[in-house]
Amino acid sequence: MTMTVNGNTVSIPNDPRVSLLDFLREHLHLSGTKKGCNQGACGACTVLVDGQRVLSCLTLAVQCSERDITTIEGLSSDGVLHPLQQAFIEHDGFQCGYCTPGQICSAIGMLEEMRRGVPSQLTGDLCAEVVAFDRDEVRERMSGNLCRCGAHNGIVDAIEDVFREAAE
Amino acid sequence: MIPFSYARANDAAAALQFFANGAAKYLGGGTNLVDLMRETIERPARLIDVTSLSDSIEETADGGIVIGGAARNTAIAEHRLIRTRFPLLSRAIVAGASPQIRNMATTAGNVLQRTRCAYFYDNDAARCNKREPGQGCDAIEGFNRYHAILGASSACIATHPSDMCVALAALDAVVYLQGTEGKRTVPLSDFHRLPGDRPDIETVMRPGELITAVELPPKPMAVNSTYRKVRDRASYAFALVSVAAAIKIEAGVVGDVRIALGGVAHKPWRAMKAEAALRGQPATDVSFRAAAELELADAKAQAHNAFKVELAKRTIAAVLTDLSGDAA
Repeated sequence: MTMTVNGNTVSIPNDPRVSLLDFLREHLHLSGTKKGCNQGACGACTVLVDGQRVLSCLTLAVQCSERDITTIEGLSSDGVLHPLQQAFIEHDGFQCGYCTPGQICSAIGMLEEMRRGVPSQLTGDLCAEVVAFDRDEVRERMSGNLCRCGAHNGIVDAIEDVFREAAE
Repeated sequence: MIPFSYARANDAAAALQFFANGAAKYLGGGTNLVDLMRETIERPARLIDVTSLSDSIEETADGGIVIGGAARNTAIAEHRLIRTRFPLLSRAIVAGASPQIRNMATTAGNVLQRTRCAYFYDNDAARCNKREPGQGCDAIEGFNRYHAILGASSACIATHPSDMCVALAALDAVVYLQGTEGKRTVPLSDFHRLPGDRPDIETVMRPGELITAVELPPKPMAVNSTYRKVRDRASYAFALVSVAAAIKIEAGVVGDVRIALGGVAHKPWRAMKAEAALRGQPATDVSFRAAAELELADAKAQAHNAFKVELAKRTIAAVLTDLSGDAA
């Protein structure tokens, strides 16, 4: 059984106890994805599985057969940062940086959800085809990613800067 | 985690066959089960991955909807038919957990998540009748702000944390079960148990049975429905109290109504008393408050959650008033 991680095909471990998070960090040495709470409460371990943002700490690696995984390491190419990575730097979207890979992967997943018109609890008219893109929506939709340094204002600034046009 | 074996089932028959003995568990999104296994509170010898089973969301001939057990929460919340015909279900789902968890969590797994509290999780230091039947409950003399006010027992005061299930209870949803002895259906409101003296038994499922789907029967009145969740922070927190409701008003009178409560009991709490009291009554704030009073008449608060009784009454009345619009 194999999965694809950042474009590379890798074999899935035999031990079904291995979480996707530990597989990425300990087996593949992709330590960009972070282990915060390891219980689904903080969002630091967020990665994209087939383009959907999920928590790698609560995903078993064995469940990812034939899946396509993207981690923070897969977002830049040839030393060129993803525009959102660059925007986090420009807007002070972090202090310690521990939650940042999860924040960025989560925001990319969020953008895809907003393009699809997935509602949030702030959505007024559920029948509307297009969802609003504003700071409150970003805050609500990013509420699964905690930042203990309190860099949330910079995080929202960075996401707005890069994604405002793309979302609408 | 304690070692276990893993098998992926491609259909319900294979899942039932893999089950074989009572030490297995079906695995959906894993958002609750994997967490509990890491804490060694759940200790299955075998996991049977059922995420490859039906995740379809399909309209029935009579205007209802059947949701496959493996449908992810996000897929339900964003589905056009759910948003237009059963808006309270979309609203309940997006009020729950975080977007990442909603992308993972399945319908069946959401229904089968454990009724739980912090003392249930604290297997190093706390007593819990749900973890170890007969051990005692440290929540009753402990910090119980989040705990039940309806239908609890001296053995357990934990609450069922699902938002989705509160909406399903209000919608008269039906759970489709399949076991080695055949298929059967159970109304969602009868699916979860009150704790009694066996809080470790949370549903009426038989060993090895699998949830294959949940059906929403046709309910035209659900077009006028919503879900309100009251909690300690703006997002990503369990409910202190939540209300799912749908109402049909004809000439200022309540023609029909559905109300269910979350955060108040060991199971999604269908407010049958309030519903019965409201049918045929004027759709007014006075009627709504009186019905809420009736539903909460048997409420029993713990040391730290007496506020929930009044909060539940006010939230019921506020939701019904909002849904009544100009008619109230």
